[in-house]
Amino acid sequence: MIAVTDLVKSFGKLEVLKGITTRIKEKEVVVVIGPSGSGKSTFLRCLNFLETPTAGEITIDQISVTDPKTNINTLRAEVGMVFQRFNLFPQMTALENIILAPMKVRGLAREEAEERASGLLQKIGLTDKAHVYPESLSGGQQQRVAIARALAMQPRIMLFDEPTSALDPEMVGEVLNVMKDLAREGMTMVVVTHEMGFAREVGDRVLFMDEGRILEEGTPESIFKEAQNERTRAFLSKIL
Amino acid sequence: MLIGTLVGLARLSDRVVLRALARIYVDFIRGTPLLVQIFIIYLGIPSLLYVLTGSRWPINVYVAGIAACGINSGAYVAEIVRGGIQSIDRGQTEAARSLGMTGAQAMRHVVLPQALKRVIPPLGNEFIAMLKDTSLLSVIGVEELTRKGQLFIAVTFAPFPVYMGILLMYLVMTLSISRLVSMMERRLAVSDRRD
Repeated sequence: MIAVTDLVKSFGKLEVLKGITTRIKEKEVVVVIGPSGSGKSTFLRCLNFLETPTAGEITIDQISVTDPKTNINTLRAEVGMVFQRFNLFPQMTALENIILAPMKVRGLAREEAEERASGLLQKIGLTDKAHVYPESLSGGQQQRVAIARALAMQPRIMLFDEPTSALDPEMVGEVLNVMKDLAREGMTMVVVTHEMGFAREVGDRVLFMDEGRILEEGTPESIFKEAQNERTRAFLSKIL
Repeated sequence: MLIGTLVGLARLSDRVVLRALARIYVDFIRGTPLLVQIFIIYLGIPSLLYVLTGSRWPINVYVAGIAACGINSGAYVAEIVRGGIQSIDRGQTEAARSLGMTGAQAMRHVVLPQALKRVIPPLGNEFIAMLKDTSLLSVIGVEELTRKGQLFIAVTFAPFPVYMGILLMYLVMTLSISRLVSMMERRLAVSDRRD
């Protein structure tokens, strides 16, 4: 579903990604782990072109992300993204946050969009917060709304960029639960996270990245129990 | 205000030419005195056109006055708007774009509403400054408040009370603007309120 070939990304002289090649299949949940600065987030942001790759190719459903002729907005509508810092629109209520893009991008009528949104709010357990502004929501609630906002576009792939890193510890669980439900429903997901429990429980495959490369990949079991690479083992021993 | 918003957006445009033009406009207007700009528009441009075309291009003094003030204020508003837009977290645009919105949609529905809220206080300042600057229009004979006062003094020979009266009238107008601005700030602060 997603094919990444020799992806390179530099910021000025700094080469952040030094040739990433991987395939992500439909309904697969891929968890990307690695030390900070290893290029995990940049990799994720390249997938929906928030960062312009310096070299290499990315195709999603056979459509090239890197081809200048591709309408990147149409493609992004199919790829949901959840950010570390939620990035909810502060001037809109939770409901308005969710219905904006379906109305403006998909051209849905307000009633239709609201119907879809209330279904999603129910799913994330925040029906009673529909008309509340983000300011008044806890971090965990904001992140759940952000997930609902991305889902409202009915994307085929969801990207998560350290979705729980900015949360108080007691709120991590509620966000992970929403993500786990999503994984069980068969959503294709790429998750950058430090939550090893999540990786183990729902991840189909774990990628270990360091210094702009994928050093090792495999099932959570094989990575956590019998990592081949020295650096993977060193990293895991520090965080487990 | 309209000029200002458009120029402010142009200052942030991806198009080099547009950005450069906006830059020149802002630098030129901000770097030269309003009084001279008024003379240029009312006297300079018509006489230039006379030299070039040979026929007279009379310009209505009110039109000239409003044009001068509008063009002048636009440059200041442009910088305020630009600052407002740049103060909005990049994550907001990224979130909007990641949902498939175009750059223009993200600007219109996500960034601008937040930026405008943030620029209301400096905009209020700018409007007050502009209102006071309209007194300069008296030099080309626009019968605004100051000019009316001067005409009145010519009849009454009482400069102090008349000028004091004029000051009070400016004060009433500027205070109303400040009030209006704080009212707008309060109304737009809805999403900041915890409930």
